[in-house]
Amino acid sequence: MKAGDVAYFRAQSVSDAVAAFRSCEGDARYLAGGQSLLAAMNLRLLTPDLLIDIAHIDALRGIERRGGEIRIGALTRHAEILSSPIIASHVPLLAAAAPWVAHPAIRNKGTIGGSIAFADPASEFPAVALALNARIELDNGDSVRFVEAQDFFLDLYETAAEPGEILSAVWFPVATPDQRCTFDELARRRGDYAIVGVAIVADFSGEIVDRIRIVFFSVGSTPVRALRAEAALTGTALVDTDIELAQQALAGDLSPSDDVQVSAATRMHLASVLLRRQLGKLPVPTPKAVRA
Amino acid sequence: MTRPIAIMLTINAEPVTAMVESRLSLADFLRHQLRLTGTHVGCETGSCGACLVMQDGRVIHGCLTLAVQADGSAIQTIEGLSESGAIADLQAAFHERNALQCGFCTPGVLMTAQELLQLEGVPSREEIRDALSGNYCRCTGYQAIVDSIETTAQRRAVGEAEQPA
Ligand SMILES: Cc1cc2nc3c(=O)[nH]c(=O)nc-3n(C[C@H](O)[C@H](O)[C@H](O)COP(=O)(O)OP(=O)(O)OC[C@H]3O[C@@H](n4cnc5c(N)ncnc54)[C@H](O)[C@@H]3O)c2cc1C
Ligand code: FES
Ligand code: FES
Repeated sequence: MKAGDVAYFRAQSVSDAVAAFRSCEGDARYLAGGQSLLAAMNLRLLTPDLLIDIAHIDALRGIERRGGEIRIGALTRHAEILSSPIIASHVPLLAAAAPWVAHPAIRNKGTIGGSIAFADPASEFPAVALALNARIELDNGDSVRFVEAQDFFLDLYETAAEPGEILSAVWFPVATPDQRCTFDELARRRGDYAIVGVAIVADFSGEIVDRIRIVFFSVGSTPVRALRAEAALTGTALVDTDIELAQQALAGDLSPSDDVQVSAATRMHLASVLLRRQLGKLPVPTPKAVRA
Repeated sequence: MTRPIAIMLTINAEPVTAMVESRLSLADFLRHQLRLTGTHVGCETGSCGACLVMQDGRVIHGCLTLAVQADGSAIQTIEGLSESGAIADLQAAFHERNALQCGFCTPGVLMTAQELLQLEGVPSREEIRDALSGNYCRCTGYQAIVDSIETTAQRRAVGEAEQPA
């Protein structure tokens, strides 16, 4: 199908864009990569009156280190995340997730800001943001505020961003030397949205897990932290019996529902399988001397 | 109806100026306004890959890009790639190996292949399949497509080794 009639405005700055949003009487939408928005418009699932193109706002670009964080501008395309040396070395969990996001041509256009703002429960980057508790930078044209990822994803496609606020950047903490992470998902076809996926990040003292954050996605209306499984694994050396306990705890963490792809029971089973597999893959830290 | 918008861009290295409705997709602009029908339209949701074109050197979906968003950019369609000879070897490999039947998917597949082949090194079959994950082919079963892209990658690597730039 084709998109419905819509007006178009190309914004040159954030304040320009917000002003256009505020003065629109109907449904205005920011247009970044368009890889979710235009697909939804072609299906007539969305019929906005005005598209405000934010893709030419330079202030929304760039990947840079700021103290202990990496600031990723909202317009950073998935393909840039995939090829960025800064992200590969400092936000390895995001780098590990990027190849799973859609197909190459979609990664050439889709943006991290769009992915986080759209908050599709089957999307990889929101899960990574939650696992690392990234800070979401929101700009309303006058001032900037930050919301932690754990307070950002509220419900299905619903976030803590106010109407008209532009998601200007995402700030990820720089990975520490004792941190290990892993990412995987199950999908019918490479590049399709996941049936179930998991992002894990753990801090170790020697072989012992000090802290671990486990986030599942495509199992509910938002990415979900598996708090009980995390508790079961904290202080352990991730031996088989620890992992079994975590798998049992998972039943209390997740409550997936049926959909056209798979039943809730299948999804729960797959989540458990994925947890075991990924914990087994979580590379145990090696002393620096050995690594070199 | 909203007023048409003026856009200026280059298409296959030729400057183009046009008036477009803001809701018009780049794929429909190319096909209907410019009669460049090598870019195909299938699903219009980014799933099939029939509509792939290059924008400023990167492969993108013509169905998930508005013509107004292409303002100021350089677009290459399959007609441009074909006429410039840039993918003559790839096309020959497809021909030799029978890598197309109805041909509906072929322009998009060639776009994906060309972008992949511009990266360094010879891609593995696994990498070729991965790159093709967004291209549906209902006829060939992909085997011959992967073969042709692999063959072209190997031939280009040999060609480069023989005449260092
Ligand atoms: C076939 C197909 C497969 C896909 N598979 C996956 C997948 O496996 N995993 C995945 O994560 N994604 C997938 N996607 C979606 C893709 O990653 C999108 O690029 C992404 O979800 C949205 O980014 P965008 O820049 O294209 O946003 P747009 O489509 O431009 O916008 C999406 C929404 O976010 C809003 N928005 C965008 N940017 C901002 C901003 N800076 N501030 C405030 N609001 C903003 C828009 O108003 C709109 O409502 C797929 C898409 C397609 C078509
Ligand atoms: S028509 Fe664009 S991907 Fe199918
Ligand atoms: S040759 Fe018919 S769809 Fe690929």
